Amino acid sequence: MDNFLSQFLQQLINGVSLGSIYALIALGYTMIYGIIKLINFAHGDIYMLGAYFGFYATTKLGLSFIPAIIFAMACASIAGIIIERIAYRPMRNAPRIAILITAIGVSFLLEYGMILLVTPQPRTFPAVFPATVYNIGPLVVNNQQIVILLSSLILMAVLTYIVNDTKAGKAMRAVSFDADAARLMGINIDRVISTTFALGSALAAAGGVLVGVYYNSIDPLMGMMPGIKAFVAAVLGGIGIIPGAMIGGIILGVVEAMVSGFISSTFRDAAAFGILIIILLYKPSGLLGKNVREKV
Amino acid sequence: MNSLRKFDFAALGACVLFFAVVQGLIFAEIIGPFWELNIILICINIILAVSLNLINGYTGQFSIGHAGFMAVGAYTGAVITVKLGLPFELALVVATICAGILGFLIGLPTLRLDGDYLAIATLGLGEIIRICILNIDYVGGASGLMGIPRFTNFAYVFWIMIFVIFFIKNFKNSAPGRCCLAIRENEIAADTMGINTTKYKVMAFALGASFAGTAGCLFSHYFFLAHPASFTFMRSFDILTMVVLGGLGSMTGSITGAILLTFISAYLSDFPEWRMIIYSITMIVLMLRRPQGLFGNKELANFMLKLGGKK
Repeated sequence: MDNFLSQFLQQLINGVSLGSIYALIALGYTMIYGIIKLINFAHGDIYMLGAYFGFYATTKLGLSFIPAIIFAMACASIAGIIIERIAYRPMRNAPRIAILITAIGVSFLLEYGMILLVTPQPRTFPAVFPATVYNIGPLVVNNQQIVILLSSLILMAVLTYIVNDTKAGKAMRAVSFDADAARLMGINIDRVISTTFALGSALAAAGGVLVGVYYNSIDPLMGMMPGIKAFVAAVLGGIGIIPGAMIGGIILGVVEAMVSGFISSTFRDAAAFGILIIILLYKPSGLLGKNVREKV
Repeated sequence: MNSLRKFDFAALGACVLFFAVVQGLIFAEIIGPFWELNIILICINIILAVSLNLINGYTGQFSIGHAGFMAVGAYTGAVITVKLGLPFELALVVATICAGILGFLIGLPTLRLDGDYLAIATLGLGEIIRICILNIDYVGGASGLMGIPRFTNFAYVFWIMIFVIFFIKNFKNSAPGRCCLAIRENEIAADTMGINTTKYKVMAFALGASFAGTAGCLFSHYFFLAHPASFTFMRSFDILTMVVLGGLGSMTGSITGAILLTFISAYLSDFPEWRMIIYSITMIVLMLRRPQGLFGNKELANFMLKLGGKK
């Protein structure tokens, strides 16, 4: 029984650190969905781009961890803005499914473009700080997990501040609440959408760098699964709701860790989708969502 | 109405002629193995695209888990021919029915959702099906089920394709099909008019799923193996792209989309590293230029009738 408990706590630790990365990606998803109602399938690939930007910052430019993560976030925001400008802005009034197909196209383009540029072989992410392992009783915690958790918490706090307490954040909330009314009030919607893409992409890039640090390996297709799972996390917490994405990400990470620890790691992905189906059937608006009645 | 029926007969005649020509060319070995493979792939893709169009285009329910049903059909068919040693025809029928039943079971709870939520739920279910198959050792697990005999040939895929196209075309014009169209146009209004929306949504979903199963069975019996990696959400995206590029809600569009995309893939197979890049750029540019798809929701027949009427 004691053994069970210690394994449970160990998986909880692993799950929370993995989950905080999901949360970072999910935040971008939820913000973009909240503002233009688009499942941005390319978001997982922005996370991959972020990991590569971080990789080049540390290997080629010789930056240390914090400058590298900031560099990756800056580059990814620019990439996010460019993608929005080229692929999504001309489609503002197109049917939703057409924009979705464009997003899938952009996702393929980023994945296979990167394969062409950097070859499909996985790269070893350099150790940006020496790994230390702390033993707390039977539990093992390494400093990478602590760094991941701390960085995610700091970034989430910054995001919450931006969204709740700045003028740009106020504009974002207004646009996501009612785009037409926001336009009538003189808000430049296009600029707000660009800001949202920049912020979301920066968070995803931070997630990418943290994953690189954690698993030591990055490859051009690494964004496919985490991208979709982060969307699951966003739906779980209630799409469009920022604290929801954080909670959803952490829950998803913990459940995955539990499933791979106690059942089998091959069912890990199925667990994520299983949660998705259950939440969609019983509370489609998500854990923190409010039910909106449909008007005829 | 009469002109439409005439059009049907003309189309059937054209099919027989087309079949005879292509089959002749295959026999005469003018069409080599590479293009024979691609022609068969086109037919399979047309079945998939047309059946997804029934769900997404006609009924307006946004499903992107089609690869899951294809996987069910592929594996069921393979189990019947390889493990049980029963004939291929039976495998086709059972694969169709199994995928249909699964579609029914999945459709019943999930079709209460709509829009993006349904999309992501079907995507998730498609992946769950694949991961479950991946964990069944009886069908080979992660290494796939190998040693499936090649029963699929051009005659099978072509006539099954024609059957599916005519079936879905006639379904669209039947009473249940019109209910599906009504649901697409406005679900609440359809409900108010006394249409049992759940029933027709599930019906369309199960029908689409069952034809995906047929396509899967044909697929595994052509490529000698059924492998979980062939049925990831990438394939669902592929099928969805065919439907949307051709024009959601247009049968002609789905067929054109399937032919076009399979050809692009085949032509680019010599440049594997550029293949997906050109493919994705085609997708983006087509959507930016023509978001309603090549045909919108019109059919070739509409254009022909219009031309005929002008004379």
